[in-house]
Amino acid sequence: MSIGHTLLGLLESGPRHGYDLKRAFDEKFGHDRPLHYGQVYSTMSRLLKNGLVEVDGIEAGGGPERKRYAITDAGVTDVEKWLATPEKPEEYLQSTLYTKVVLALLTHRNAADILDSQRSEHLRSMRILTDRKRRGDLADQLVCDHALFHLEADLRWLELTAARLDKLRTEVSK
Amino acid sequence: MNAPAGSLLAAEALRKTYGPTVALDGAEFSIHAGEVVALMGPSGSGKSTLLHCLAGIVTPDAGSIVYAGREMATMNDAERSALRRSEFGFVFQFGQLVPELTCVENVALPLRLNGTSRKEAERTALDWMQRLEVDDLGRKRPGEVSGGQGQRVAVARALVTSPRVLFADEPTGALDSLNGERVMELLTEAARSTNAAVVLVTHEARVAAYSDREIVVRDGKSRDMERAV
Amino acid sequence: MNARQWSRDLAMGVRFAFAGGREGWFRATLTAIGVGLGVALLLLTTAIPNALAVRHQRDVARADYTYVFGHPMKAGEKTFVVADIDTPYRGADIRGRMIQREGAQAPVPPGLTKYPAPGEMAVSPALKRLLGSSDGTLLRARLPYRITATIAESGLTGSQELAYYAGSDNLAAHIDPPNVARIDHFGSPRSPDSESDPVLTLLVLVVFVILLMPVGVFVAAAVRFGGERRDRRLAALRLVGSDGWMVRRIAAGEAMAGALLGLVLGVGFFLIGRQLAGTAEVFGTSVFPSYLNPSPVLAALVAVLVPAAAVLVTLFTLRGVVIEPLGVVRTAKPARRRLWWRLLLPVAGLAALYPMIGQGRGGGNFNQYLVTGGVLLLLVGVTALLPWVVETVVGRLGEGAVAWQLAVRRLQLSSGTAARMVNGIAVAVAGAIALQMVFAGVEADYTKRTTNDLTRAQMSVQVPDGVQVPDVAKAMTATKGVLKVVSIADGQAGDKDKDPSQTASVSVGSCASLREIATLPSCHDGDAFALKGSDSETDSETAKLLTAAEKHGRTLYLNPAYVGDIHHGALSRWTVPTGLKQAESRKDPTGYERGGFLLTPGALPRGASTAVQGVVYLSIDSGVRDATEYVINTAVRIDPLMQPETLTSVERDGQFESIRTGLFVGAAAVLALIGASLLVSQLEQLRERKKLLSALVAFGTRRRTLSLSVLWQTAIPIGLGLLLAGVVGLTLGTVLLKMVGSTVRVDWPGVLAMTGFGAAVVLAVTLLSLPPLLRLMRPEGLRTE
Repeated sequence: MSIGHTLLGLLESGPRHGYDLKRAFDEKFGHDRPLHYGQVYSTMSRLLKNGLVEVDGIEAGGGPERKRYAITDAGVTDVEKWLATPEKPEEYLQSTLYTKVVLALLTHRNAADILDSQRSEHLRSMRILTDRKRRGDLADQLVCDHALFHLEADLRWLELTAARLDKLRTEVSK
Repeated sequence: MNAPAGSLLAAEALRKTYGPTVALDGAEFSIHAGEVVALMGPSGSGKSTLLHCLAGIVTPDAGSIVYAGREMATMNDAERSALRRSEFGFVFQFGQLVPELTCVENVALPLRLNGTSRKEAERTALDWMQRLEVDDLGRKRPGEVSGGQGQRVAVARALVTSPRVLFADEPTGALDSLNGERVMELLTEAARSTNAAVVLVTHEARVAAYSDREIVVRDGKSRDMERAV
Repeated sequence: MNARQWSRDLAMGVRFAFAGGREGWFRATLTAIGVGLGVALLLLTTAIPNALAVRHQRDVARADYTYVFGHPMKAGEKTFVVADIDTPYRGADIRGRMIQREGAQAPVPPGLTKYPAPGEMAVSPALKRLLGSSDGTLLRARLPYRITATIAESGLTGSQELAYYAGSDNLAAHIDPPNVARIDHFGSPRSPDSESDPVLTLLVLVVFVILLMPVGVFVAAAVRFGGERRDRRLAALRLVGSDGWMVRRIAAGEAMAGALLGLVLGVGFFLIGRQLAGTAEVFGTSVFPSYLNPSPVLAALVAVLVPAAAVLVTLFTLRGVVIEPLGVVRTAKPARRRLWWRLLLPVAGLAALYPMIGQGRGGGNFNQYLVTGGVLLLLVGVTALLPWVVETVVGRLGEGAVAWQLAVRRLQLSSGTAARMVNGIAVAVAGAIALQMVFAGVEADYTKRTTNDLTRAQMSVQVPDGVQVPDVAKAMTATKGVLKVVSIADGQAGDKDKDPSQTASVSVGSCASLREIATLPSCHDGDAFALKGSDSETDSETAKLLTAAEKHGRTLYLNPAYVGDIHHGALSRWTVPTGLKQAESRKDPTGYERGGFLLTPGALPRGASTAVQGVVYLSIDSGVRDATEYVINTAVRIDPLMQPETLTSVERDGQFESIRTGLFVGAAAVLALIGASLLVSQLEQLRERKKLLSALVAFGTRRRTLSLSVLWQTAIPIGLGLLLAGVVGLTLGTVLLKMVGSTVRVDWPGVLAMTGFGAAVVLAVTLLSLPPLLRLMRPEGLRTE
């Protein structure tokens, strides 16, 4: 999961302080693994260096946590690209996909498109596996089946999420 | 939007409502000979309605469907029936075999509807049953064979007229994964060998994986994933 | 398993019977109507013996037997004189009596409170209505008496009976038993055995058996309505923990619900039928509603047996079925149907009827049990044979178009169901064909038996004592609608004036009239003829009388008297003329050949015309409406005791026509009921196949093909049923006709009409199931809910 893209995405809805970003992240994505302040500072300084964010203002009292960050145009394009690129089908990618979907919803992008292109990517892998299975021996078939069932589980999750997009939208925009 | 060149069956801007329910809302589709296309989407998304429209079973409220250069809307019911008899083949989830006819008579039925003599129709039917590995069930009635066998008989029946398009609506819906896989393998192999196009409605990814590409239907709108990328 | 459990399960079934929404109600109602008709018929059947008995009692109670032993009765305190003046009117028979009270204690006729005064009459309600209507105009002229009283129910045998008592004061002078007699009581001197016409009894029995059978078959089929849906419901009940016997009892309860509702409807139908029976008339017989009281024991038996039968039929049909929680399993394919025991039934029926062949001719009695049993066995034979016939024939039906193949295969798989549905139609048609044949045959015999030559005369009038034949002839000639009048006065000539030893008949008439009874060489008024060419005995009697007359100077006596004669006309002498011609006898219009002498009026001795009784033959212009009635009116005007007779019987044909219509209506009603049940099961079957039908349409099956297959599916079993019904019906009809001793004649139009009805039912059922079929074939059926 890319924390940088996630924080960038969170900034898209408006400039935020560092501690705001951490709180928003924890609330929406960090259910059991809250971000450390250190992670936020290092990520933000990397993004600042790459020109994807800029400092919008500093509050009295100083300290890095008092900086207010805003996303640049380059930053918006970067988020866009990241969201549109389907993840390589592999195990345990749900958290990334989830983050993408929520961010898309937060930034009023089409979350269904993300799911559809991901499904397409998964199916592409499944076709290859199915084809290999058809030509292969029993051992090949069993190996391919294992992978296929995992991919299928992902796809089911995609279907289910797609069916619940409306509900999710109202939840995250609360 | 115009259908891609060389497509055998193409549709655009299809609309269909059942009372207050909007089943199709601007759906598009295209397939060329020898291609297997999966129609995917959640229940109630309109994928079965799209298949019924493409097959000329249901007339859409608006939009055009062109099969082999002919606009379907210009055909009357009899012409569309004739098209379904001779050019299309159908496999459904269940309940499609006539229970009182034997398996071979069921397979021969489309040929007989086309006016082929009984003897010849049953000979061709047996050939196809052999390809689908159910030729030993010829004299049995559908009630006496297993679900997987019955579905293979149904596939044989769908292919017996050597259709140019095979419509399959959840063909493995009532089968376990092993039987479902076998039916899909036989179906796609048989279709490829005759260069038939296959329109496959399914909500199962593992079934859709037998297709060349998939079209997602959601809220009556279609999305062709290949061309979208 | 105790009674409480039983009643609880049955009650649950009753609830299910009506819980199926509109369709459930429709099915229950249809069952109830079928059962109701059966119950009503059963109740009527049990009431009929009672009704006939009451009717008979009434008839006996008012009888005025004029036959007396010993000496004629003298006028006394208790005597009265009664004249039988029955008269026909437009095909109906009117019971007419003219009565004159002689003593103060003379009994009053049943149904009256006092004797009508001369010139007055008491009439039955039906006659009163007739006289008051425009139809009764001519009759009013015939009965010119003032209506002063109504005959009460106790004096009538039926609500539609036409009867009157007219008062008189000069009957005593006309006493002439049996038509006019002096008696002192009403009622039969001894209670005679009820001698009902065996043929009529046979017909009544057969009619009821034939009407009851299809209703029974229908009820048996009706309790199985909704079989598939019920199966699913029963399976669901098993799933929630009912055991096999509980669900059977619940199913029986469902059937019982229809039967119970039917029982209520049946009582209603019966009460309506009872009232209707009060206004109806069959074979000139009507009854009062109060006569139709079923015996309480039989009625109670019906009330118990009908629901019980419904329960038993259901349990019986479920015997080959295992109801499992996940569905209903029919135990192994039923064995191939065997022919031998099925053939045994009709053969046994024929064997039961065979010994009674020809008994109707001798007025012999039919064994009611054998008749009922035989007819029942023959008709039950249809229901037993039909499944076998359908299975065998359908099993051999082969090649054909797709529609045919679909229908045949379907029938092969479930020929029993198909046969069951058709059974009712087959039995109804078989019975109707048989009845039709019997009625037609009996009727044909009736017409054939008369020897009347209807081309020469259509009416005859016997002229009673004291009325001059020429007067009658003159009056008749002036009557509207009379074309030709032939009047013959018949008398007797003897060799002595008292107790003659040789006699011969003498017929007097004009030359034209005499030519109707003899072939005359030539004829002028004043001629006399001796007849020959009738039977040889009469001829020799005439010859002997002539020989005897030679001895007494050719003198014979007309109207000789006998010892003990209570009436005798005026005696006159007749001298046999020397120029007595010979004439050849010829049949008169009634087929009678006369012998003896023929005299023209001029040859009759002066003053002899009153000495002879006469007959007048009339030719009627059939184009003149009510010509017959005018003739009777003329006759009654001359003498109320004069009763013209109609030689033709056009009204009989009319009556048969109405029975035939009634039979058609009854058969049509039964067929319609069965058609309705056929339709219900057809629709049920179609709905079950909704998915399949849509799939068939999807792969391009023509609607025509599917519609045709539905038609074949009904037409094949019904066609076979009608064929079998035709064979059995004709056999039964032939046997019944042989039993009553009539000529066997097939009433082809009747057979065709009945089979036509059956065919119409097929067509109607198919046509009515087409709209739902077309609706089911719409692609919406493919949508998965």
